[in-house]
Formats: sequence, C-alpha cells, structure tokens
Amino acid sequence: MAKELWKGNEAIAEAALRAGVEAYFGYPITPQTELLEYMAREIPKYPGRVFLQAESELAAVNMVYGAACAGVRVLSSSSSPGISLMTEGLSYIAGTEVPAVLVDIMRGGPGLGNIMPSQGDYFQMTKALGHGDFHPIVLAPSTVQEAVDLTYGAFELAETYRTVVVILADGAIGQMMEPVVMPPARPVMTEQERADWALRGAKDRERRILTSLHLSAEGLERMNQGLQNKLARIQQKELRWQETMTDDADLLLVAFGTAGRVCTSVVSAARRAGLKVGLLRPISLWPFPEQRLVELAERVQQILVVEMNAGQMVLDVKAAVAGRAPVHFYGRMGGVVPLPDEISAQIDKLVSEPAGGTGFKTGSNNGYGQPKAMPAANGVRA
Amino acid sequence: MTPIALADYDVVYRRPDALTDVQTHYCPGCTHGLIHRLIGEVIDELGIRENTICVAPVGCAVFAYNYFNVDGCEAPHGRAPAMATGIKRVIPDRVVFTYQGDGDLAAIGTNEIIHAAGRGEDLTVIFVNNANYGMTGGQMAPTTLAGQVTTSSPYGRDVDLVGMPMRVAELISTIPGASYVVRRSVHNVANINKTKAAIKTAFQVQMAGLGLSMVEVLSSCPTNWHMSADGALKWIEDAMIPVYPLGDYRVADAVEPLTKRRRPDRSQNGSLATIPEE
Ligand SMILES: Cc1ncc(C[n+]2csc(CCOP(=O)(O)OP(=O)(O)O)c2C)c(N)n1
Ligand code: SF4
Ligand SMILES: [Mg+2]
Repeated sequence: MAKELWKGNEAIAEAALRAGVEAYFGYPITPQTELLEYMAREIPKYPGRVFLQAESELAAVNMVYGAACAGVRVLSSSSSPGISLMTEGLSYIAGTEVPAVLVDIMRGGPGLGNIMPSQGDYFQMTKALGHGDFHPIVLAPSTVQEAVDLTYGAFELAETYRTVVVILADGAIGQMMEPVVMPPARPVMTEQERADWALRGAKDRERRILTSLHLSAEGLERMNQGLQNKLARIQQKELRWQETMTDDADLLLVAFGTAGRVCTSVVSAARRAGLKVGLLRPISLWPFPEQRLVELAERVQQILVVEMNAGQMVLDVKAAVAGRAPVHFYGRMGGVVPLPDEISAQIDKLVSEPAGGTGFKTGSNNGYGQPKAMPAANGVRA
Repeated sequence: MTPIALADYDVVYRRPDALTDVQTHYCPGCTHGLIHRLIGEVIDELGIRENTICVAPVGCAVFAYNYFNVDGCEAPHGRAPAMATGIKRVIPDRVVFTYQGDGDLAAIGTNEIIHAAGRGEDLTVIFVNNANYGMTGGQMAPTTLAGQVTTSSPYGRDVDLVGMPMRVAELISTIPGASYVVRRSVHNVANINKTKAAIKTAFQVQMAGLGLSMVEVLSSCPTNWHMSADGALKWIEDAMIPVYPLGDYRVADAVEPLTKRRRPDRSQNGSLATIPEE
C-alpha cells in the first residue's frame, strides 16, 4: 500500500469508513469540522450508509445511541465544548452497554476557550464522561497514521466490550497533514453478524429491551458490578503505550498525544547531549498503563510529565508511581504547544538540580511557578 | 350442567398481541394505560408488531417498553425524537414510535421534536399532555394551565411570570416536515375512538413514508391533579379542551387519503363539534 498525504480529521473519517462504519451523526465545531464535512461528502457514495448533521451535539449523541441500539457501527465526532453536551448521552450509552466510537479533537478551554490544540479534557475523558461509574476506552494518537490505525480498530474494540471508545486527539493532529498508509476497506456487517441484543424488530423471537434504568438498588448494583468486572477486563487486556529509549533512562518523560510527539524529539536532543532521557507515551489513557509505569519508576531517578494542560495525567502518574521516584510536571495551557527547547530546558534544570531542588519540588510541581500562599483559614474570618 | 365449549363464544375483547401480559404501574384512573392499549390495538390491526421499535421517554411512561410487546429502548429525558431518528435512519423499513409526556417533549425536549419534524423524519410521536410533570410529583409543565396549582406553582401558574401554556400541536403544525399533526382526548368513549383512529393514521403516515406524524393526546393525571378518576376526565373536558382545542392541525395533502375524512373547520374555534365522524 502506497503512502498518501492525508489531513488528520479526514484520515480519521476515511479510516472509519474503511472499518465499515454505517452511520455518522455530528455537529460542526472547529477544529473537528473537516471530519464531519468529509463524511457529508463521502457517505452518500456508499448506499445504505447514513450521514446526518444533527441540530446539536445533544441530538447527535442520542442519534448515535439509537443507531447503536439498532446494532450498527456508528461514529460521532466533536471538540471539547461539544463533548460537554454529549456527556448526558454517553452516560446512557455506557449504562445501556451499547458500542459506539467518538472522536474528540480537543481545543482550548474552559468555556468557549479557543480553537488551538489542547489536552485540557483528559480528566473529562478518562474520569468523568458523564454521571455514574464508568470509563470509556480512551485512545490518544500522536500521529495521523496512529489516529488512522486506532480508529480502524476502535469499532471492534467497542463491540467486544459493548462500550464507548474515544479517539482523543487535539487540533494539531486533526489539522496536520502527514503521509499515511490506509488500511483496506471492510464490508459493513451483514444481518447475520448483528449482535444478539440489537433492536431490529421482534420477528420470530422474543422482544428485546435496551435500557439504563434499574429501579431497585440491588438490581442497579448488580448491573454496576457487571460493568466494573468488564472494566477490570479492559484494564487487563487493552493497555497500549509506546516507549522510546527507556532501557537505560535516568529521567523518564511521560506524555501523550501531541505532547508525546514533541517529547520524542526531546529524547533525541537529550541523547545527543549525552543525557539518558527516555519516554513513555501512553496510548490508552483509560485503561492507563499503570503497571508499566511502576516498573519504570523502579529504575529511573526522576519522572517529568509533560502535558498541554494544567496537570491532569500527572495525577495518574503520581498515583501509579506512589513515591518510587519524584514526579515533576511541565505544562502549557490555552492552546500553546510546548516547544522541544522549553522541555529540554526543564530537563537540564532537573538534571543539574537533584530532586527536591527549587522550582521542581515533588508535591508542588507545576511549571508555572508557585502559587501565592493562601492566608490561613482563621486569618480570613470576616 | 354441560359446560359450554369456549369455541361457542365470540371473542369480543382481549389483550392485543402488541401488549405484554403484565400489570402497569400507572395510578388508578390514569389514562396513560388506556393510550397504551389504543397503540397496542393499532399495532395489531396494522400487523406491524414484529417490525416495530418503541422509544420510551423519561416520565411516568418510562417503563412503556415493558408494556409494549415489541423491541424497545429508553431515551434520556426529551431526547426520544433524536434517539428514534438514529434508529429509523439505519433501519428505515422498521416502524419507530416515541411515546412522550409534556415535560419530556414540550420542555426539555423541544429542540429534538422540532428538528425531527423539521427533517421530516418518518417517525410517529404519541404526545401525552397531562398539564404537569406526573412522574416527579406534579410540578408545572409548559402545558400547565393559567392559574393551575402545581407543586412548583403553588399559587397557581402566574402567566405574567412564566407565560401562557404552550400549544404544541399548533407549534409543530407549522413545520412542513410534520405531515400529520392532530390533537385528541381520551375523556370519553367517542373521543377514545377518535384518538385510536388518529393513532392508526399516524402509524400509516409513517409506513407510507410521508414524514413525521404526531398525535397529542389530552390525558388525565388524577393523582397530581388531586381529583377522582372521573373528576379528572371532566377536568379535561371543562378546563383543558378550551385551552387545547381538539382537531387536525396539519394533514398534508398526501396524508389526506389516509384519513378518509374532510379537514376540520377551525373557524369555529376547533371545538369538538367541528371534527367529523371517523
Ligand atoms: C435530565 C433530567 N432532568 C430531570 C429529570 C427528572 N424528571 C423525571 S420525569 C420528569 C417529568 C416528566 O413529566 P412528563 O414528561 O410530563 O411525563 P408524565 O410523567 O407527566 O407522564 C422529570 C423532570 C430527569 N429524569 N432527567
Ligand atoms: S402520576 Fe399522574 S400521569 Fe403518572 S401514573 Fe399517576 S396519574 Fe398517571
Ligand atoms: Mg406530563
């Protein structure tokens, strides 16, 4: 297969089509819109497949919910503010345990924020994609090729576990053009291949019901226990990450998506400068590759987490590392992508100042300087 | 005495195949159950039970999927038209209907119903207007009458503060994609029969692919209205119908042959008398 130049958003859409997606519902929002526009242009060329622009992300996610209940491969895409609107429906989809794939091309927040690349939605995606106890599978590509490959495999993953799979990228990956090898096109599911829970009409069988409602406490607890067992299986089997030069690393970088991509260059630069720096790039953000991090934390002297947010994944890193090595953080917000030189400068500081030195103390580690001390509570009594 | 064989009797009344053999959870005197039965009879008569998918709302009818003997699911509050759109678009040869209350459809779900109508989705919407939020204990709905006391309008609906009751059938009838929009009531036998005929037409409109069909049904909530069962039916007639005139609000030309009756004359205020026999 030849390499072709693809724009991230369009490449993701094409990968979904090749994976046999049967329906797409969405609503325009920058920096994701090219994905929707690609579907609007291409889906009508495939008889029987559905493209529909919804009146809102609220409607889009519920159209996804309906199509998922009918047992078809279904996709939606949005960007941060739109995802916030979708969380109601995503919680219902999780509660009903039907499969769906969602692409979030993150932008700067909170509020309307801006349309620049950001990783500000890590918490929302991995921890709070709606009310109730659930996590979607969250996959974070750092190149267009990886976005294509993850999207192509996301539908089967969603169907295997009857869960939501999120492709979590940012505006940089959505907008950039890179050479890509596209996977082969698969045919859509046949009627025989439809899941045995899908709502297709109760012909020659008992009727089927799909609901997230369980009125009794015991009934809902049983449902939740089943859900948790499933999530535990996902945590066992669906971990994905990539390592760069971790074998002999003294300092371990941990970064995902675009920040991970920047850190790959940082590792090369550091090695050229004779510094033993390696990179762990989590690809599955949920499940989080905790165990691997524990193993690496036993070996390295310090860890630097780099994110395009105020420090979100760093909490998961700290929880996993649990004091085995000092964990530092460097982040940029508002859509600023950290440059390799900035990160290298942080590494230089860490390497020259042993752990515990000023500026990068574990426990108060943020790259923005120390906050002013709060007055003691009893000092502000009115 | 020799027993008489069952075969000697004609069955004149039985549970439709499209309803399950369970008791509903509706309060005594509530007409939700009656409306379910009408839908069940229509599904039987049209022979579409094995081809139909029900989208239940959030509201007292949240368990509707337990009562209809068809494939069913349950939408987030107000989102049934969007969820039904998702189903219908991917399996367009199935019959998909939503069953929604007035809080569900006329408050939190206005966007979804308006745009489903706007797109002319081939869906059937049974819209149950009981002038309050039944399930949460009788709060004010957009459809609550002026002056009506509810738990969240304890001094009566103050129209200066919260506006006049919303007339949904009239609103939806302005949307070209909604080709059959009528309002009916179930407060007496004649009107129950008219409601059933309208529900049947609404399903036929969908089966003919003519766009969105909606039957608004004025329905009782004796529990939250603090009335007896028949007192509540009388309140529909005396208080609700003057605000929500029964009638056909939109019957698209293509739908006309399905109704086999003339258009109502709304110059007479859309009162009951203007609706011809069905
Ligand atoms: C998002 C959301 N908001 C609020 C509720 C609480 N709630 C449940 S039913 C209901 C009102 C239902 O009223 P209506 O649609 O008129 O149905 P009825 O019970 O009167 O038949 C509300 C507000 C909810 N379940 N979900
Ligand atoms: S609360 Fe009202 S609408 Fe709900 S079941 Fe009881 S009578 Fe019917
Ligand atoms: Mg109501």
